[in-house]
Amino acid sequence: MSALMAERSIQAAKQRLTPRPTPRETVSQTITMAWRALKKMRRNPEQFFDVIIQPLLFTAMFSYIFGGAVSGSVKDYLPIVIPGILAQTALTACMATGTQMREDMEKGVFDRFRSLPMSRIAPLAGPMLADVLRYGIAATLTLATGFAMGYRPGGGVLGITLGWLLVIIAGWSMSWIFAWLGTIARSAQAVQGIGMMIMFPLTFLSDAFTPKDTMPGWLQHFVAINPVTLVIHAVRDLINDGNITANVAWALLGCLVIVAIFAPLAIRSYSRKV
Amino acid sequence: MTNSDLAVDATGLVKRFGDFTAVGGVDLAIEPGEVFGVLGPNGAGKTTTLSMLATLLPIDGGRASIFGVDVASSPHQIRQLVGVTGQYASVDENLTGAENLWLFARLHGRSSKQAKALADDLLGRFGLTEAAGKQIKDYSGGMRRRLDLGASLISSPPLIFLDEPTTGLDPRTRSQMWDTIRDLVANGSTILLTTQYLDEADQLADRIAVIDRGLKVAEGTPSDLKTSVGESSLQLRLSDKSLIEEAALLVKRITGSSPVLTPEAGGLNVPLPDANQAADVLIALRQASLSITSAAVQQPTLDEVFLALTGHDTGQPDAQSDARETESEEARR
Repeated sequence: MSALMAERSIQAAKQRLTPRPTPRETVSQTITMAWRALKKMRRNPEQFFDVIIQPLLFTAMFSYIFGGAVSGSVKDYLPIVIPGILAQTALTACMATGTQMREDMEKGVFDRFRSLPMSRIAPLAGPMLADVLRYGIAATLTLATGFAMGYRPGGGVLGITLGWLLVIIAGWSMSWIFAWLGTIARSAQAVQGIGMMIMFPLTFLSDAFTPKDTMPGWLQHFVAINPVTLVIHAVRDLINDGNITANVAWALLGCLVIVAIFAPLAIRSYSRKV
Repeated sequence: MTNSDLAVDATGLVKRFGDFTAVGGVDLAIEPGEVFGVLGPNGAGKTTTLSMLATLLPIDGGRASIFGVDVASSPHQIRQLVGVTGQYASVDENLTGAENLWLFARLHGRSSKQAKALADDLLGRFGLTEAAGKQIKDYSGGMRRRLDLGASLISSPPLIFLDEPTTGLDPRTRSQMWDTIRDLVANGSTILLTTQYLDEADQLADRIAVIDRGLKVAEGTPSDLKTSVGESSLQLRLSDKSLIEEAALLVKRITGSSPVLTPEAGGLNVPLPDANQAADVLIALRQASLSITSAAVQQPTLDEVFLALTGHDTGQPDAQSDARETESEEARR
């Protein structure tokens, strides 16, 4: 009898076989994986430390230290430094995305994800979608700290909202770099180490904190093409002036290029991961 | 039966990790509805073989198909046909039992409501209803395994891989797990099971392949294997050592062969070609008023099986406690 039942269940299963996940399944699975990541965040609230502490600390610290020297006063410096810190915190927050993804992948449950007939992108895209919440918190707190210190940008509600959105989009895009690192690095510490080496040059070799014309000429060339600079310029245009400029288009293009390069790399190395 | 009808049809499977050959050309042919056991010590290549068949590791040599679907070229289809229960529960530590099953059911394409119902059903089936709202990190080893097995059944896969389902479990939990596995078989699932324990393979499997150092060294039914490695024996100890000759005569009359005596301890070692004779021997001793202080039936151990099949021992003085590290390292390397 059991042979007959076996035969039946095999026939039924073979009839249901699909060759690959459909786009709809991929979206639904990504959302499910984002749900899982949000559950984990709620149960481990320490995951929010970096996006809460850093905006408060760095905004105040950089403004009071560099404000007078760079712009003559803290208040005049805020329009320069707040967009810079927005980009910097987004970048730091997405470094944590990569580190946590690496940690997560060590766990047994990832063996199950890999054994399921599910989209290969969902286990990566899900947590990255959930981390949009973290970028949102970081951006909101940075702006709030700025306002508390006397930052009065001229972009209006629309400009500020668009600038805030751009920071989140940039954070999500850049997190693909770290997701890729997460899939190739040997440990979470390695992701963190390599992440630092990427983050520091990208944030400080930009005009996030200082105007670029005081830098040596060769450095100015790098600063000009640094994607973080593009994002900072776009955010300044949006938040400070309320203008949707070419800088915004450049920043979005930069984000798109990053995703187009690193998302396929990340998915490929995740699929091969032992 | 043609080959496409086989549940698992593997020829010359090879897996190398650098210079180390973990699996050196294993053939497997498993019929639908069968429980097939892969028996071997740590590091023999059991998990690696399973991982290749489950598309978790690329196949370096040979070929494999499952219900006629090629493993290497159609991984997505294979994942729809196979449910995998790992050696270490592959469930999410930070989620509750109910959330875990809901998550996996959603990933299998069930609606949120269906997933909830399925999760409740499985939790009930595996005796986890009370623990449904607890995070997995607060589960015992046995509960994790049951949840993990439950998670593998969400899509009702026709083929189930069980990788050392009871390694590290206490005897009571182990026998519960065995009952659960027997239920699956009764429902028509085909099962590929790996184990380090001969008695587990004996209890559950219709056929067994013995794997050692990445190679298959024997294959057959449990009784084939046991006959090939020798028989079990009954170890007796008499209260009164002086009666040992009398007891030996009695035993010989029943089993037909002379027991091995250790007169200074009053011990008799009785070979048992048929385990039923153990009772006969004990009853006869009782009737002859020969009292004993202890009696134990000893099965051939995995070590003896290995010694007989390969000419070397398993090289694992403490198989149970080492189990975790060795195979997981092997699988990740």
